[in-house]
Amino acid sequence: MKLNKRIINCFEQKKRAAFVTFITAGDQDYEKSLTLINSLPKAGADIIELGMPFTDPIADGEIIQKSTQRSLKTGQNQKKTLELVKAFRLFNKKTPIILMGYYNPIYRYGIKKFIKDAKNAQIDGLIIVDLPPEHAQEVSVPANKQGIDFINIITPNTNIKRIPFIVKNSSGYIYYISINGVTGGSVPIFYEVEKAVKLIRKYTNLPIAVGFGVKNRNSVKKLANISDAVVVGSALLKQIEIHCYDQKTAISNVLNLTSRLSRGLVKI
Amino acid sequence: MNIIPNHKGLFGNFGGRFVSETLIPLIIELEKTYKTAKKDESFRKELAYYQKTYIGRSSPLYLADRLTQALGGAKIYFKREDLNHTGAHKINNCIGQILLAKRLGKNRIIAETGAGMHGVATATVAARLGMKCVIYMGSTDVKRQKENVYRMNLLGAKVVPVNSGKGTLKDAMNEALRDWVNNIETTFYIIGTVAGPHPYPLIVRDFQSVIGKEVREQIIKIEGKLPDILVACIGGGSNAMGLFFPMIKDNTVRMIGVEAGGHGIETGKHAASLNGGVPGVIHGNRTYILQNKDGQIKDAHSISAGMDYPGIGPEHSYYYKCKRIDYVSVTDKEAIEAFKKCCYLEGIIPALESAHALAYVTKIAHSLSNKTTIVINMSGRGDKDISIIREHS
Repeated sequence: MKLNKRIINCFEQKKRAAFVTFITAGDQDYEKSLTLINSLPKAGADIIELGMPFTDPIADGEIIQKSTQRSLKTGQNQKKTLELVKAFRLFNKKTPIILMGYYNPIYRYGIKKFIKDAKNAQIDGLIIVDLPPEHAQEVSVPANKQGIDFINIITPNTNIKRIPFIVKNSSGYIYYISINGVTGGSVPIFYEVEKAVKLIRKYTNLPIAVGFGVKNRNSVKKLANISDAVVVGSALLKQIEIHCYDQKTAISNVLNLTSRLSRGLVKI
Repeated sequence: MNIIPNHKGLFGNFGGRFVSETLIPLIIELEKTYKTAKKDESFRKELAYYQKTYIGRSSPLYLADRLTQALGGAKIYFKREDLNHTGAHKINNCIGQILLAKRLGKNRIIAETGAGMHGVATATVAARLGMKCVIYMGSTDVKRQKENVYRMNLLGAKVVPVNSGKGTLKDAMNEALRDWVNNIETTFYIIGTVAGPHPYPLIVRDFQSVIGKEVREQIIKIEGKLPDILVACIGGGSNAMGLFFPMIKDNTVRMIGVEAGGHGIETGKHAASLNGGVPGVIHGNRTYILQNKDGQIKDAHSISAGMDYPGIGPEHSYYYKCKRIDYVSVTDKEAIEAFKKCCYLEGIIPALESAHALAYVTKIAHSLSNKTTIVINMSGRGDKDISIIREHS
């Protein structure tokens, strides 16, 4: 298995937790989306999770559902999402890009072809929400061969006996979902997240990112103290939703919020 | 042929458990509970009790004499699932699943519904067992099936209209899955068809298999032999699987699943996942799906809300691939014609879904000899569809 250097470097160089932003590829439109991701690292994003839009996002709350619909309306598809990353890489060689989404658009694209094109676009990792470790090898094996990490999810509902099985099949980092619920939902209970992260650490040396329900600087700060990375998605996309008729404001608000929240990351 | 899914829940390459990690522990727990229950004499007794006294099983196998004469060929029987309590086959599955919910100690039931028949059946069994019930229904379906919405309300269920997508069955299922993720402690999800993550396709098939088991005994008593042809409509495919599965190893029995052809397969406006779709992954399983070249799910179209779904149970995809079952389609128009024919010839108002199976039989019966026996699954009654038929007359 090839290791992805970009993700490793990202975690090794940081003396604090990493800040991960989730944005749907093609939200608003392709150009705006590119402008936004080009600007995110400077605003404070250490890793960008780029959502691959899908018509039926069953693990997502209303904000990401709407973001997905806006993106699909402009004709966004897998090919364009890969092009977006290629365009981003022209000016940024450092920030890891993780594609996140659902299995069907990848399956339809053809797994082999997708991995080849993803490698070509310098994608660093994949998170496929509806591809649990039971089936993940269909994708994770060819992905790992190309140096693309396959990031698995652990939730508060995950049985402790499953954790070794999940981490064994993971690379890059572990995505710990802080709540039993869809994205943008209720606020996580910190001491429970802390307990869970400590437990997962017993089974793996991989960095642990925490996401779902992270809405403000205070949450970011608390989670940064107990994990290796904090993921924010819905809170950012909410800004695009509110300002959908004023795309410039939408972009600057997302960037402002990114920089405000990322300043919540304290030294650990 | 693999009639039992493997350890990953796959029939061949179809099925599986393609769900988010949050749901994995729940479906593993369900699988364990189901395995234990299946072997448990008290569970079987309880199920049999409700099947007999509450659903009214067994349902008759009825010789459709005038239809047989009118078509002038094969001898046509109806399996009268329309005579079940709540008017369709759906309750066979609901009663089984709610008994599993009880074993799991859950007290809140959720379900998706298209035409409303699965919603009504779920609301009914939830009322009977004194559990809370929330039904997700696409807003388009809420409009076209008002009577069933009110029926569910009377039964104490809360009906939540779903506005996303085209507001039909697929969207209702998305929302039900989200509810489940948000309420895992209390909630049991009663999936209405042979789809969803493993073990659902298996569980629903087993609870619906009572249909085919009865047909087997009944037809042997009447005709002294197994039927030559079984015909059933397919949306997700639960009534078809229930009829077919107990005879799947009887190679002399030909099986035909009838998909909703909508305006015609060539128009792209249909709900025929096998005849017009390609393999993909949705709602927890890999199966044939209506989708575009980007892997985005297409909206299905059928006059019948119960068949208006872009996927199909994975086991059907498997039998399609290994050619054990033939899958055909009929159009909205053909289904309406068959609906009317059944009303005036047999005095039976069929569900629009079941009318699809009837429509296909009206096409082939005359070309078959009068020694050929066909059993159609009359999967539901058509009172819910009367206003739709009126609009199209």
